[in-house]
Amino acid sequence: MSQIRLLVGTRKGAFILTSDGKRKDWAVSGPHFAGWEMYHLKGSPVDPNRIYASQSSGWFGQVVQRSDDGGVTWNAVGNKFAYDGVPGTHQWYDGKPHPWEFKRVWHLEPSLTCPDTIYAGIEDAALFRSTDGGQSWQEISGLRKHGTGPAWQPGAGGMCLHTILLDPTNPERIVIAISAAGAFRSDDGGQSWKPINRGLHSQHIPDPTAEVGHCVHHIAMHPSRPGTLFMQKHWDVMRSDDAGDQWREVSGNLPTDFGFVIDVHAHEPETVYVVPIKSDSEHFPLEGKLRVYRSRSGGNEWEPLTRGLPQDNCYVNVLRDAMAVDSLDSCGVYFGTTGGQVYASADSGDHWQVIVHDLPAVLSVEAQTLP
Amino acid sequence: MSSATVGRATVRVELPAHLCLLAGVRHEVQLPVEGAVTQRSVLDALEAAYPMLQGTLRDHTTQVRRPFIRFFACEQDLSHLSPDDALPESVARGAEPFLVVGAVAGG
Repeated sequence: MSQIRLLVGTRKGAFILTSDGKRKDWAVSGPHFAGWEMYHLKGSPVDPNRIYASQSSGWFGQVVQRSDDGGVTWNAVGNKFAYDGVPGTHQWYDGKPHPWEFKRVWHLEPSLTCPDTIYAGIEDAALFRSTDGGQSWQEISGLRKHGTGPAWQPGAGGMCLHTILLDPTNPERIVIAISAAGAFRSDDGGQSWKPINRGLHSQHIPDPTAEVGHCVHHIAMHPSRPGTLFMQKHWDVMRSDDAGDQWREVSGNLPTDFGFVIDVHAHEPETVYVVPIKSDSEHFPLEGKLRVYRSRSGGNEWEPLTRGLPQDNCYVNVLRDAMAVDSLDSCGVYFGTTGGQVYASADSGDHWQVIVHDLPAVLSVEAQTLP
Repeated sequence: MSSATVGRATVRVELPAHLCLLAGVRHEVQLPVEGAVTQRSVLDALEAAYPMLQGTLRDHTTQVRRPFIRFFACEQDLSHLSPDDALPESVARGAEPFLVVGAVAGG
């Protein structure tokens, strides 16, 4: 029988939650790396027991961990992220030039074909790749040097490269997103890049339709339809059907279109999930009701999913990497909150149960569907 | 401050809990140090014995101490010494530990 393994990164360690295909009873392992910030963990699609984890600390910096046995044991691998050449500057919060400085790894994206190849999205925003299982890292510097880099500016959470999407039908195509620079795409394996922000409208920047400067929070893609992208922007839920060349708003009837997470159903490329958050100054659900919204039409028409979720006095946030889906026949949907809860639905979001109540603030959730 | 003798010393290094967890060691490790006992030679020996600590105490390239790391010994803060200054003789003799400390920060 299939098994589900959730990789949960929190402010104070990592947790691994496992269940059988029924997804009712869960075993909790952890904390792994207790006390460290675990921004993201993700397993290789070709070797699910190969898991990479980003471990960091304000005191001790960045560590990358790798497990080759499904998270039972771990080994530290390379943590040297050196920008290619002279790093140069980007814009600081005050608009002045500021040197590019490595701070942490926000997101790890294992290759779709090789367990030793993995991409890392870092702060200050850059894309790195390892082809030796994380032992050494090289910057894919065409992104940062393509021309607009010196104009990029951090968002409130820092200038992080947080989204990396690998096209399963085209190994040369990579889509990434940076707060607060926007989305970018390479069609030649990372050598050259272009901004893909046409159609975005952001009122918090001087030119709301600028080529770069948009605070993209997350982008999701269904593997069967990689040209269709769904974006949760700072405000606005957006959709592109041409791999980001043009975006259109699909916020529709959402009660608020601010939020962080967005994900797509494992088997229905037009079924999309978001968790609306009240506003950029009030990072919690509207009216204290934790509601996942689901669209079965690729956006615009959204329905609230509430069964099993707290509907009063709930003031948590759901961060950008903290939602995932499994690929069982009845698609499982999972998300974690800054209040330390991890919620699971085994029926595409119709019903929810809490797996754990009291973890540290959840930074990321990834789901692995194991045979 | 006394100058450390050149030779082979066994230096005791105490690590903060997070780095003990990372390195898989108990609170204190003992390190053979060749030559003059300085911050640099002690940290070189520490990183050679425990490569997973590279980058957690000082920058990979510049070897500058990370901002929230402190080095204490013999009730003195040695953080701001030159990394090539000799450490106290009692550290070089192994009588006193070289303390790696995470600075008190936050609320």
